[in-house]
Amino acid sequence: MIERTPFLNIATHVILLSGLIIIIVPIWLAFVAATLTLQQVNSAPIELWPGNQLWPNLVEAWRLSDFGTKFVNTLIVATSVVVGKITLACITAFALVFFNFRGRMVIFWMIFITLMLPLEVRIVPTYAVAANALSPFQTIMDATGLTWLINTVSGIEVALEWNLLNSYTGLILPLVATATGTFLYRQFFLTIPDELVEAARMDGAGPLRFLWDVLIPLSKTNIAALATIMFVYAWNQYLWPLLVITDRANYGLVVVQLSDLIPDQQTTGGGTPTWHLAMAATLVVMLPPIAVVVLMQRWFVRGLINADK
Amino acid sequence: MRRAYFKFSWIAAVLLAPQLLIIFVFFYWPSAQALYWAFTLEQPWGGGNTWVGFENFRNVLSDDYYWGSVRVSVIYALATTALAMGMALILALFADRQLAGYRAYRIGLIWPYAVAAPAVGLSFQFVFNPGAGIFSYLNTLAPGIWDPSVYPSQAIASIVIAGAWKQVAYSFIFFLAALQAIPRSLNEAAVMDGARPLRRMIDLQLPLLTPTFFFLLVINITDSFTDSFGIVDTLTGGGPFRSTDLMVYKIYTDGFRSLDYSGAAAQSIILMLLVMALTFVQFRYIERRVHYT
Repeated sequence: MIERTPFLNIATHVILLSGLIIIIVPIWLAFVAATLTLQQVNSAPIELWPGNQLWPNLVEAWRLSDFGTKFVNTLIVATSVVVGKITLACITAFALVFFNFRGRMVIFWMIFITLMLPLEVRIVPTYAVAANALSPFQTIMDATGLTWLINTVSGIEVALEWNLLNSYTGLILPLVATATGTFLYRQFFLTIPDELVEAARMDGAGPLRFLWDVLIPLSKTNIAALATIMFVYAWNQYLWPLLVITDRANYGLVVVQLSDLIPDQQTTGGGTPTWHLAMAATLVVMLPPIAVVVLMQRWFVRGLINADK
Repeated sequence: MRRAYFKFSWIAAVLLAPQLLIIFVFFYWPSAQALYWAFTLEQPWGGGNTWVGFENFRNVLSDDYYWGSVRVSVIYALATTALAMGMALILALFADRQLAGYRAYRIGLIWPYAVAAPAVGLSFQFVFNPGAGIFSYLNTLAPGIWDPSVYPSQAIASIVIAGAWKQVAYSFIFFLAALQAIPRSLNEAAVMDGARPLRRMIDLQLPLLTPTFFFLLVINITDSFTDSFGIVDTLTGGGPFRSTDLMVYKIYTDGFRSLDYSGAAAQSIILMLLVMALTFVQFRYIERRVHYT
């Protein structure tokens, strides 16, 4: 299709470029601040062009925030969420699509509803559960008289306790407990033709062999798509780790560390705000997920669009 | 429904169990707990909760601070959504023309999605800082004219701009995908009829984007309720004078700083109902979603 639209083409570039500039300006300013010295960053007409202090600032910010441990922690949590979520999503969707049993739709809807309420909305009670992950079962046993029964029969007082605060498990499990990936997988499994299932059964493959040898190789693109969006999601978690982790030295995550970097009156004690260090740390923290999105752009876009609709 | 499947066996049960267990403990139980707390009040000396009916809700709904929080949440939701979607729509329409540099434009507009909310908040905290950021220019012209930590309206504007900045990428991705799903034949037919690019945008592409538009409208509003915590916490901390005390932020401060579980639970329930209502609206539009392929 050939159209000559010289003026519109120029206008298109102008519009897109101004969009890009609007998007980039705040991060550019943060980047410039990260390359300046303390005096420069606080001088009144601000610099718009980077200085030469980037590396010293990065090193200093890294040391101050103790980013080494925190990066390892964040990586552990993000990777576990990705792996846990994909595994769970895959096996749950498999069971829902390829088995026929009563109550299938009920289970489907039970999982589906979890999409509606994000963690932030039910943050207070979820925190209470994390303090003792077995409390639901304890309460149920107390209410049904099971505790009493066991106590009278065997003399053992049942007190279930599993504290998830300040642990990797506590960070990971609640983030895995949603249905995002399950639906991506379900949609994909529904496109698998019946003939493939029949052929596999004809060859004597059981459900697990079918899952492992047929479905998982077929769903590689799905895995890539889901992995990118889950990694970004897990890496950027803020509120939940802020609550669950009080032992920041051992279990702190990088994103949560940002809350300690706000150079206001409280943190600097009336001293000159250390914006150059705060911005250097911000850059370090935001870089890994950006890298994932840029490098895996195709999978990321696909995952995002399929998972949310 | 599938004709060929495996018979139900212990395998299916084992495969389903982990997911069900995890959503029971971390989703259904806490949600039920929130309901329980919302209708009870914890005894100050311990010893269980007493049933108080709608008392907690009455307290919340008669609290002026709560209505202030609702008000600013609505302003925030509408303003960020309008800004982000408006910008994303225009950029997607023009990016979809796929001129030279299309790939660069696309990636340049997508990456902000990956930036964590608190990182956005902290960057904008610097940009808007009255002493060091770019807005300090205003203060060199007229001292004291710009300070989001003093003027509520400036604080609200700050979180709105930061929130919108973060949301643009998401809407852009969806608008662009929807535009590219429009069949070429439609576009070519319009060209044959003599429609120029701008005419095609207005009369062809925009109407076909309606389902995506409504979908994004709901998602953006929901996200602004839930995803705003990181921005508010790092940018304004709810201040000044509680002017940016968004609903999720208020639940957090009431629940974890003031330890008012019942009040926080009642607020959570109201927010849950709101989010659920929005999701239902969304499903209605998804049902009507038009498919072109």
